[in-house]
Amino acid sequence: MKNMTEILVVGTHEKISKTIARLIDNHEKWHATLAQNITDATAIFKAGKINLILIGAGLMDEEEKQLTAEAKLHNLPIAKHYGGGSGLLFAEIHEAMKQK
Amino acid sequence: MAQTILHLSQTRGLGDHGWLKSHHTFSFGGYYNPERINFGALRVLNDDTVSGGMGFGEHPHDNMEIISIPLEGKLQHKDSMGNVAGIEAGEIQVMSAGTGIYHSEYNAEKDKTVKFLQIWLFPNQRNVEPRYDQKRLNDLMKENEFVQILSPNANDEGVWIYQDAWFNLGNFKMDTTTNYHLHKTGNGVYIFVINGNVEIDGQKLENRDGFGIWDTENFELKISANSTVLLMEVPMEF
Repeated sequence: MKNMTEILVVGTHEKISKTIARLIDNHEKWHATLAQNITDATAIFKAGKINLILIGAGLMDEEEKQLTAEAKLHNLPIAKHYGGGSGLLFAEIHEAMKQK
Repeated sequence: MAQTILHLSQTRGLGDHGWLKSHHTFSFGGYYNPERINFGALRVLNDDTVSGGMGFGEHPHDNMEIISIPLEGKLQHKDSMGNVAGIEAGEIQVMSAGTGIYHSEYNAEKDKTVKFLQIWLFPNQRNVEPRYDQKRLNDLMKENEFVQILSPNANDEGVWIYQDAWFNLGNFKMDTTTNYHLHKTGNGVYIFVINGNVEIDGQKLENRDGFGIWDTENFELKISANSTVLLMEVPMEF
C-alpha cells in the first residue's frame, strides 16, 4: 500500500478544480478530494483523512481566512494555488508539505 | 547594503517536451528546486522555444498576472473571454487570470520556431475579473535607453497589471552606462539579459543570465553594444 498524500482542493471554479484534481491524481503518491465551499471542506478535513489543503480560485478573502484558521487548528498545512494548472502545482505542494 | 542573487543561464531548469523546450529560471512543471521558487512577486520566468505549428492546448489559469513577450516568430492566442489574437516579436501580451480563464497558445507559423518569454507574477488582488491586453512595443522603443513596457497604472506607457511592478526593456546598439531608480521602497529588480553583456554591481552577465538586486534605491548597469535587457521591478513582500 502506497503512503498517499491526501490533498483537499477547495475552490468554486469547478472546471479548474477538476483539472487540478486530475493533475494531482496523476502523481502516484497524491490523491485529490474536491470541495466547492468551506462548509464542505471543513467537514471533509475534520473527518481526518486530509494531509494538505490547497485553496483554489473563487473563495472570498474572509472564507480563505476562516479556512486557514480552521486548518491551523487541525495542524494541517495549507497552500494557495496559483495558475490553475500544472506549472506551479508540484512546487506548491512540496513547499506546503514543509509546513508539517 | 544591496542584496543580490545570481542565476546563470546554464543553471536554469529545462523542460524538454520535443516540440517545446522551456528553460525555467524558477521551479516550474517537473523542475522543482527549493532554492529557486520566486524572486518576490516574480514567480515564473520561462524562456520557451516552440516548434512550428505546435503549442499549448486549452488549459486554465487563475489568480496570476501572465505576461508574454515574443522574441522571434508569432503566437496565436485564444481564450475563454473571447479574445483571438496573434502576437509577434515586438509586442507584449498580458492576462490577469483572476477568477479563472482558459486559453490556448500556438506557434502561428508551421515552418518556423517561436521563441518567447513567459512571465508570471503573483497579483496584489485575488479573484479579480479576468482581463486581456496586448500592445506593440516597437512604437515605444528608443535605442540605447530603457523604456517602460509594464506598470500598475492603466494610464502609463505599456501594459498594466494587478501588482506594484514595473518592467523596462532596452535595446542597446552602443556601450551604455545607466542608472535604474526603483519606483517603490521594498521592491527589488530582476535583470534578465535577453542577449548581450551587462555588468551590475561588479557581476558580469551574459545571454539569458538572471540577476536579482534588492534593498537598494538604485543601481548602475554597464551595458555592452548589441545587448537587449529586461528589467523587472517587483515587490519583494506581497
